Amino acid sequence: MTKSDQRKFLFTLAGVAVCIYTLWPTFQFYALSPAKRQEVLQARPASATNEEERQRLQKMADLRDKSIKLGLDLQGGMSLLLEVDKTKLGPAEAKNAVDQAMQIIRNRIDQFGVAEPSIQKQGDNRILVQLPGLLDQGRAKELIGQTALLEFKLVKSDEEQRAILDRLDKHFALRMGAAATGGATAADSLVRPLTSRFLSVGQAGESFVLSENVAAVEAMIDQVRADSSFVLDGTFAWEAHLTEREGRSGRVFQVLTKDPLMQGKDVQSAQMRLDLDEQRPGAPGVSFTLTSRGGATFADVTGANVGRRLAIVLDSRVQSAPNINERIPRGQGSITGSFTEEEAQNLAIVLRSGALPAPVMIIEERTVDPSLGQDSIQKGLMAGAIGAGAVVLFMLVYYRLSGAVAVMALILNILGLLACMAGFHATLTLPGIAGIVLTIGMAVDANVLVFERIREELRNKKTVLAAIEQGYARAYRTIVDANVTTLLSALALMWFGTGPVRGFAVTLSIGLIINMITAVGVSKMIFDAWSLRRKVNSISI
Amino acid sequence: MLQILHNINVDWMGKRAIAYTISGVCVLISIVSLLVHGGPRYGVDFTGGTLVEVAVIPAPSADNVRHAMDASGIQGAEIQRVPSSGSFLIRMGVGQGGADPAKTVREALQSNLQGSEVKIRSVEGVGPRVGGELRGAAVKAVLLALGLILVYVAIRYDWRYSFGAVAALFHDVFIAFGAVSLTNRELTLTVVAALLTIAGFSINDTIVVFDRIRERKQALRKEAPEKVMNLAVNETLSRTVITSLTVTLTVLALFIFGGEVIHDFSFTMLVGVVFGTYSSVYVASALALDTQLWLERQGKKK
Repeated sequence: MTKSDQRKFLFTLAGVAVCIYTLWPTFQFYALSPAKRQEVLQARPASATNEEERQRLQKMADLRDKSIKLGLDLQGGMSLLLEVDKTKLGPAEAKNAVDQAMQIIRNRIDQFGVAEPSIQKQGDNRILVQLPGLLDQGRAKELIGQTALLEFKLVKSDEEQRAILDRLDKHFALRMGAAATGGATAADSLVRPLTSRFLSVGQAGESFVLSENVAAVEAMIDQVRADSSFVLDGTFAWEAHLTEREGRSGRVFQVLTKDPLMQGKDVQSAQMRLDLDEQRPGAPGVSFTLTSRGGATFADVTGANVGRRLAIVLDSRVQSAPNINERIPRGQGSITGSFTEEEAQNLAIVLRSGALPAPVMIIEERTVDPSLGQDSIQKGLMAGAIGAGAVVLFMLVYYRLSGAVAVMALILNILGLLACMAGFHATLTLPGIAGIVLTIGMAVDANVLVFERIREELRNKKTVLAAIEQGYARAYRTIVDANVTTLLSALALMWFGTGPVRGFAVTLSIGLIINMITAVGVSKMIFDAWSLRRKVNSISI
Repeated sequence: MLQILHNINVDWMGKRAIAYTISGVCVLISIVSLLVHGGPRYGVDFTGGTLVEVAVIPAPSADNVRHAMDASGIQGAEIQRVPSSGSFLIRMGVGQGGADPAKTVREALQSNLQGSEVKIRSVEGVGPRVGGELRGAAVKAVLLALGLILVYVAIRYDWRYSFGAVAALFHDVFIAFGAVSLTNRELTLTVVAALLTIAGFSINDTIVVFDRIRERKQALRKEAPEKVMNLAVNETLSRTVITSLTVTLTVLALFIFGGEVIHDFSFTMLVGVVFGTYSSVYVASALALDTQLWLERQGKKK
């Protein structure tokens, strides 16, 4: 071996060592039993109660972070793209809205207990939330999407309610024009276009709208809300759930004071409880404690309004509107309604973690069941093994010993590719596996080019050594050209692709770049080492 | 030494009329298929909407699933059975199925197919605006890739060659695109990824042939360009075939064993690889030759 050959050899050896070192955590991680792997996935050192425990969990977390991660399409899970609706915010509020929303969503998810959630900002007003392995999609979506704007508002007195609704009736009757001139003989629906759809109006602090009329009333209310010239001393809100009055199903409709007395940010803590409603023992509800400032306001408000009803409004829906029986001094309160246990739990979580600064919409969702992910892994690996096996077999049969050199280069290529993925914390997706498989098929191309060139040179009666030299020298330019073009299209794909598709572009690009090193450099080195040690008269190619 | 396609001496260029006919017919079939189907069948990635894959045990017929969906008020959902797994793909338009379409589907099937076990395997929900954005991004990516390749080929080679190379690339990508339409597959993000990979692969093959043409042209200045090209194609033929073979082997493995999720991807790749091989021999070199001959004629006229 010459000096330069030795250097190359040591360099390669060092490269392989680095690759194996980088991949070692991945080997360890995937060698674990599924149960143990789950434990490692969920390890959170911050949750440890003592130092020993913390170190143990930290080790697990390190192992997890250093190994190649599986994409949601392979391990199962949910990916949500959220958009923060900033249209109703002022410029100052809009500036931080997305960051605030991210923080609050992170808090909510943390309380939900998902292993390794990922929450990233995308562009100006979007948030990408990825929840691996999560099964209860509906609940997670509810938890994330809920604005959780909690407001306490006084319910207007019956007289006030009736007066406001009366004004609306007149407004609509007037708008209907000619029909209203019919006077007393005109149908009720023309004189009182709005409240004729009500079962009761302003009785005991509420009005009741039958189910079949809810949509129509909602449309009329929306019109009024949209009309900025129509100023009302109050706001409207529906109760969150359908109820029954006089044996008929419908929705409670309330007129509330305009400005909230208190808001969710005054809530210090909240818990789901089953013992809040005396009439319905075991009914889930949420008890909350207010901050000292909120508690003081609460005491004042309840003291001044004994006998009236206080509406607890969540995201513009009245959850409950209990009577104020007495002044409540210590800022303790509860929310009851027809909650399921899960809903009450969610409500407690969102109250604790705070309201979103603006409504958040889910604009893209991708969910994969873990069993489908497992299926994809198995099939992907199977296809990879068979594809790789076929290529290896072909190379060995067709190029014999030289084929073995190419296979060696191929193995180093894949090793390097995987090590790069682990090193860059890239995620392996199913298209990513396809990219690796495709890399296997394309990577041998470089060696095929070289070998065919060597064969040609041999046919032209060159010596073996000259043929090898010429073969590599002449083929190299072509190999670079050919790889660069494929790389260009992979780069375009990386730029526009999302999630799994980007995974494909990443593995294909890394694979091709490493290929230019291994297929040419490493295989040439092996040939050089082999040809220098003996008198070479023939070559197995 | 085991050899295939050694010492062949085919007059490829002389028979290029046949190749043009074959290519023309394939492109025509693609166009007709796209016209008949009213353009590509876009997946939810691009149109917006929701695609739910659901496994039902015991397996009902597609009609039963359709009736169950209709009965729960989701009209006109597209129902498709996945042959390999026996599950169903249910595709709904934007806004259909309410706030949580997966839950709606599960409840619809559970209440209308009594006693069945219903399991949601995957959900893809894309809002209409995101769909539009992804469509825009896909178009941009394709244009970017083609632009970059065009520039690279133009810099590295004679511009007369780049016309042939790019025409071959369009030819391959378009025929693969047509095959997707012909087999009534959906155009999804992964299929676009396959089309871009085909673009890269197609040009890769072409470049190997072009490299050889350039090399031979320097050595054989006096020979007719037709002869030089034949020689180059013949000399690189074994490499072209072997590389295509290894790539085809891996793509075929993906197609057969890779599972339903990447089935459309591997199908598109397979068509692209086959046509990519053929086009680098024929379309690219033949067009490069004809461009050259045409330019020479123009030059003589002056």
